[in-house]
Amino acid sequence: MSDTPFTRRRFLGTALGASGGLALAACGGGGGASTPAPAAAQKVTQAQIDEAMNKDTELTLWSWVPDLQNEVDLFEKKYPKVKVKLVNVGAGAVEYQKLRAAIKSGQGAPDVVQIEYQYIPSFTLTKDLLDISPYATPEVKSQYPDWVWSQVTNGEALYGVPQDTGPMGLLYRDDLLKAAGVEVPKTWPDFATAAEKYHAANPKSYLANLAPNDPGHFVSYLWQIGARPFSYDGTKTVKVDLASEDAKKVAQFWSDLVAKGVVSVDADFNTAWYQGFSNGKYGAWPAAAWGPVFLQGSAKSTSGKWRATDLPQWDASKPASGNWGGSTDAVLKISKNPIPAAQLALFINTDQESALKLATEQFLFPPSTNVLKDPKFADQASPFYGGQKVNAKFAEIGATVTPDFAWLPFMDFVYSNFNDTLGKAIADKTDLVAGLQKWQDGVAGYAKAQGFTLA
Amino acid sequence: MATATRTVETLTKTSPPTRKPLTVSKKRQYRAAYLFVLPFFIIFLAMVIVPLGYAGYQSFFTQQLVGGVSFSGFANYTRAVTDPAFLYGLGRVGLFLIVQVPIMLALSLFFALALDSGMVRLAKVVRLGIYIPYAVPAVVAALMWGYLYGPDFGPFAQLSDYLGAAKIPFLEPGYVLFSIINIVNWEFIGYNMIIIYAALRSIPTDLYEAARVDGASEPRIAWSIKIPAVRPALILTVIFSVIGSFQLFNEPQLLRIMAPNAINSSYTPNLYAYTLAFVNQDSNYAAAIAFLLGIVIMVLSYAVQLSTQRKENAS
Repeated sequence: MSDTPFTRRRFLGTALGASGGLALAACGGGGGASTPAPAAAQKVTQAQIDEAMNKDTELTLWSWVPDLQNEVDLFEKKYPKVKVKLVNVGAGAVEYQKLRAAIKSGQGAPDVVQIEYQYIPSFTLTKDLLDISPYATPEVKSQYPDWVWSQVTNGEALYGVPQDTGPMGLLYRDDLLKAAGVEVPKTWPDFATAAEKYHAANPKSYLANLAPNDPGHFVSYLWQIGARPFSYDGTKTVKVDLASEDAKKVAQFWSDLVAKGVVSVDADFNTAWYQGFSNGKYGAWPAAAWGPVFLQGSAKSTSGKWRATDLPQWDASKPASGNWGGSTDAVLKISKNPIPAAQLALFINTDQESALKLATEQFLFPPSTNVLKDPKFADQASPFYGGQKVNAKFAEIGATVTPDFAWLPFMDFVYSNFNDTLGKAIADKTDLVAGLQKWQDGVAGYAKAQGFTLA
Repeated sequence: MATATRTVETLTKTSPPTRKPLTVSKKRQYRAAYLFVLPFFIIFLAMVIVPLGYAGYQSFFTQQLVGGVSFSGFANYTRAVTDPAFLYGLGRVGLFLIVQVPIMLALSLFFALALDSGMVRLAKVVRLGIYIPYAVPAVVAALMWGYLYGPDFGPFAQLSDYLGAAKIPFLEPGYVLFSIINIVNWEFIGYNMIIIYAALRSIPTDLYEAARVDGASEPRIAWSIKIPAVRPALILTVIFSVIGSFQLFNEPQLLRIMAPNAINSSYTPNLYAYTLAFVNQDSNYAAAIAFLLGIVIMVLSYAVQLSTQRKENAS
């Protein structure tokens, strides 16, 4: 509620699913979702699943994905005995607050709930999520890239079914860049030069905006360069490494641009920022895969002038990207119907028809390669982007997102603290590296006060 | 009240002149009175006293994400009184109080006197016009003003652009408190005006006639008769304003969307308590902060009341 705007959350959706059951070996390395890896959860037989799916059952699903009822209808058609009550209790932080309250009181919690990747650990910390690996067939894992899978697993345990993701690319105004005589930057040093040249040619416009209220956006830059600022072992030990050399490099890079005044520092996802896209205040937007559709909705008047390309690179020979946003459907441990609940989470996101619907009708960027490859998705040409096949471009970028980016079990605090530390330095146009250090200190201090051991 | 008294009289008349029946009827009356206030007390107990007691109880514990709950005595309170985030927040609402309340009450009083003087045309329309902002929910008001303050596309910024003047940075750190003061003034001037205006209407008009006969001018009547007569109403509005100032929450919370860095998560004590409870998941400490804030408000409200009572006794 406080820091992440509602409008964006609507676009961070869900994505994939299949059914069946077998514990899956997850890719190693401290995954995103963490909890003490439990002894391999017991396999569930197909007979047990069939039995459960043919019993009259009522499930509750919390999600803020618009029109998710369409996918729920498909599920109910396939399993007529299972009735699903779909409730939108709010997006992101608002939902988590209600979820925590419901779990604590032991009443009114849903069976299946939408959770963003970075918040999974805060619910595995409290042991509220069900390990659904026994219900997921090997086909489920095989359709996700490693980096996505590592976001929802810890060891063998699977804590959510990926619904959508946000690999980072660059959206830019072809007309404005050409008018300013600026080439599309391929690397970050190019980007810095381009930003200066662009702003000199077009003093009322900026090549990019560095939002002082958007930790998720900044973290995606850290992800791309290879910084791994967070990790959590699932019990008591966390790593907080926000001021690493790589992270400092990112902060210094933006610090220089901010000091020169060639990038703007406007808060994002508010009215002024949306208007900035319509009237040419921003020449480009380093954006996630959900960005193209989002932009289309908020800057209609600029249709046809935008293009999508790769995020500028630190090392052009090794293309890399980060992720910004996206969410999963998870099953709560207190659900009285774990089998149908897990089937629902899986079905919505991995049934081909349902997952394709999410991608082509609700415009959630799909993590599943089955959907990414589907011509109905990949071959869509977008007039807003001059007829470019934007989906295919972002699918390509998605393959370059680096794996093993983990989170802390208290990202609410980490993100809120950003506004008071690094975000403040951005807004005040002071030294971002010092701001980064303050963020590090704030988060490490909180971790200690909450009883965690710092690795 | 009047009806009740009359009933007592009637009952007294019809019953024998002994003391006993009177007492019975009185008892019945008391019982009825308690019955009437009972619904209030049930809700008051369930929604105020019990949660308050629970929060107070909670404030003596510490809960960690790892390690669970433990009794910690006054640790949360000692932490709060040395917590710069809390103290800065208190200082900020203190400043807010000193600047905002006098402006607001002076304007409310001025408008009330103007309307009461009978010299304003379309008085009903004007009165409604000044009052309407109070009918706008605070959330809507804050969003609306957030738009007006917008640094790029807000009407004020556009006007400055048009005139070639420097923009007023409404949402920058040094200015945003005053922008909030402006919003709160806009919202509450009408409300306080109505309270004062109602008090003015209840002053017997023969006082004015007497003053006029003695040759007093309208301003003199306002100063020497009207303002002293509405003192109790003014004191009431001061106390409401003290409480309101310290509880400042909606406006900064909503303007944060526009100015996330000028308004930090501990901008006001209430905002801090909210952040602690719902973002930091430290509801025990939040309970302690809320309790301390409550104590500060009680002490200040009492001080206001006491100081005005003394003046009244002295005069």
